[in-house]
Amino acid sequence: MSALLEARALVKEYPKVRAVDGVSFEVPAGICFGLLGPNGAGKSTTIELLEGVAKPSGGEVLFRGESIAGGKSRYREKIGIQFQSTALQDFLTVRENLRLFQALYPKKRPLDELIAVCRLEEFLDRDSHKLSGGQRQRVLLAIALVNDPELVFLDEPTTGLDPQARRNFWELVRSIKAEGKTLVLTTHYMEEAYALCDDIGIMDHGRLIARGSPQRLLAEHFDDSVLELPAADALRAGSELPFVLRGDWAELSTRDIAGALAILQKAGTPLDHLRIRPRTLEDLFLELTGKELRA
Amino acid sequence: MNPIHILALTWARSLEFLRDRGTMAWNFALPLLMVAGFAVIFSGPGKPLFTVAVLAPETVPLSADTHPFLGTPSVSFYRESSLETAQAKVQRHRIDLAVDLVHMQYWVNPESHNGAVLEQLLHGVAGEPLRRQEVQGARIRYVDWAAPGVLGMNLMFSCLFGTGYVIVRYRKSGYLKRLNATPLTAAEFIVAQLLSRLVLVLLVTVAVYLGCNAFLHFRLDGSPWALLLVAVVGSYAMIALGLMVAARVTSEEFAGGLLNLLSWPMMVLSGVFFSIDGAPAFVQWLAQWLPLTPMLEAARAIMLDGAHLLDPSVLQPLLKLSAMALLFTLLGALGFKWTQD
Repeated sequence: MSALLEARALVKEYPKVRAVDGVSFEVPAGICFGLLGPNGAGKSTTIELLEGVAKPSGGEVLFRGESIAGGKSRYREKIGIQFQSTALQDFLTVRENLRLFQALYPKKRPLDELIAVCRLEEFLDRDSHKLSGGQRQRVLLAIALVNDPELVFLDEPTTGLDPQARRNFWELVRSIKAEGKTLVLTTHYMEEAYALCDDIGIMDHGRLIARGSPQRLLAEHFDDSVLELPAADALRAGSELPFVLRGDWAELSTRDIAGALAILQKAGTPLDHLRIRPRTLEDLFLELTGKELRA
Repeated sequence: MNPIHILALTWARSLEFLRDRGTMAWNFALPLLMVAGFAVIFSGPGKPLFTVAVLAPETVPLSADTHPFLGTPSVSFYRESSLETAQAKVQRHRIDLAVDLVHMQYWVNPESHNGAVLEQLLHGVAGEPLRRQEVQGARIRYVDWAAPGVLGMNLMFSCLFGTGYVIVRYRKSGYLKRLNATPLTAAEFIVAQLLSRLVLVLLVTVAVYLGCNAFLHFRLDGSPWALLLVAVVGSYAMIALGLMVAARVTSEEFAGGLLNLLSWPMMVLSGVFFSIDGAPAFVQWLAQWLPLTPMLEAARAIMLDGAHLLDPSVLQPLLKLSAMALLFTLLGALGFKWTQD
C-alpha cells in the first residue's frame, strides 16, 4: 500500500516548549491509524500539523507525495476533520449546518447519503444547540464528510460520550472505513483504539515512541498475562510474588500462571475474586510512557 | 473570492441573527423607546444645561466683567467666530442663544424653550442691554435633532457588538477553527460578516426610522437616498471597526471591554443627545476621530439643512467616514486570526 499521508521530521516549537520533536511516520491509504499519548504528549499538535491548521516549525506533511504547504486550499478540499470541541452556529438546524458546510466545497456528497450514513434522520430539523452529546458528534462527523473526503481526521471523537453512544459511534466509523476512506484517529480510550485502528502510534514528550498494529505491538512487548486480585487479599497472603498495586486491585504479570497460582494457594490467599487477563494496550501504554492514559 | 462561499455564510449568519429573538427585539425596542422618550422629555420645558455662543474678539475674556450675563450660573458660554455659524446652530437647537458683544445684540430661536428662558435671564441682569434678533428659517424641534443621534447610536452598538463580539465568540467556541479547516478564506469570511450585518442593520434602522416617523414626523429636508448612503457608509465603518477589534482577541470579556471603550466615548462625544459645541477644544478634536461624529454630521446636514451629497457639509464627513472604514477593514483583515493560539 502506498502512503496517502506522510509526516516527515515534524517539529512544532512554542516559545517555551517543543511540542512536537521530529515526528515521522506514514499512513497508508484505506487504514485507520490511531495516534495515542498522555495529555501533553504532542498528539493534538501533531494532528493539527497533519490537518494543515497549524504550521510546522520544521519538517513537512505530504499528501499523496506532495507537500501540503504548497496547496493548502486543494488539500482542505480532500480532507475532512472532526475537531475535539467545535461549536456549531447557533439557531441553525442540523440540515442548515450541513448545507452551509457543503456550500464551502466544490465536491459535495449528497445530503441524503450523509444523513443515512451518520443516522441524522431523527433530529435533522432540530437547532444544533439542542442536540445531545452523541447526536452532536454524529453531526460533526457528517460535516467532516460533506466533501466526500479521501482522508478523515477524528480528534478524540467519543470523549464525553456514554458507553452506548460511544459504541454507536464506532459503528459509524467502521462503516466509513468500509467505504475505503483513510482515517486518522486520536483517542484516550485504549479499547477504542483496539476496536477501530489497524495501526497505532504512541507519542510521549513530542516523539513517536512506538508504531505498529495493536496486535504486533502487544506481541513485541509482552509474552505474559496479568493475574489480578483484590489488593487486600493479595497483601494479606504475605506471598513473595511481586504484586503491583493499581487502586483497590493488585496485579501480577507472569508467564507462569499455574506456578503463581500454586504459590498463592500454598500461602492461603483467597482466590474467590481472582481474574486472569491478557495484556492490553493500556498495559503497553503504561509500560512505554509510565503514565496513566487519562492522567 | 468565491461568491458561493460568501453567500452561504452571509445567509447562515443572517438566519442566526433573525432567529435570536431576544437580540432582535432589543435592536428594535431600544431606539424606539429612546426616540419616543426624547420626544416626550424634550417637548416640555427645556434642558437643565444651556449653551450660549459668544461673538467677541479673542482679547475679550468670557467673564462677568465683560458683561454680567456671562456670569449666569448653569450656562455654558463658548466663543464663536462666525455669526453665520452661530445663527445656524441656534436655529438647529445645537445651542440655545448667540450673543454678539461687538454689535450688542443676541439671536434667539422663537421655537426654543431654552432660548425663551435664557432671554428672561438676559433681561434680568444688569449691564448694557442687547438687541433681540430672531433666527429665520423653518422650525426644527429637538427631536428632529436627536433622532439621527439615537438611530446612529443604535446602529453603532449593533454593528460593533454584532460583529466584534460574535466573532470573538466564534473564535472561542472553535467555530472559526472549524471554518478554517474548509476551503473558506479569511477575506470571504470577513466579507460575509460585513454583508450580513450591513443588510440587517440597515433594514432594522429603516424600519425603526419609518416606525418613529409615523407618529413623530421627522424633518427630512434632503434626499432620503443620500441619507441611506450615509447610513450604509457609516454602518460599514462601524462593522469594520468591530472586525478590527475582534481580529485576534480571544476573550469575550476583553472584547466587551474594548467595544465599550470605543462605543461610550462616541455616545458622549459624537453629538448623539447634545451638541459638544461648548466643550473644550481637545474634546472636539477627539470627537472628529470617532466614526459616529462624521456620520451624524452628514445625516443632520441632509435631514435638517436639506444638504446635497456634494455639499461640503455632507461630502467631507462622508469621505472621512469612508477613509476610516477602509483603514479599519485593512487593519482587521491583516490582523485576522482564525484560532485562539
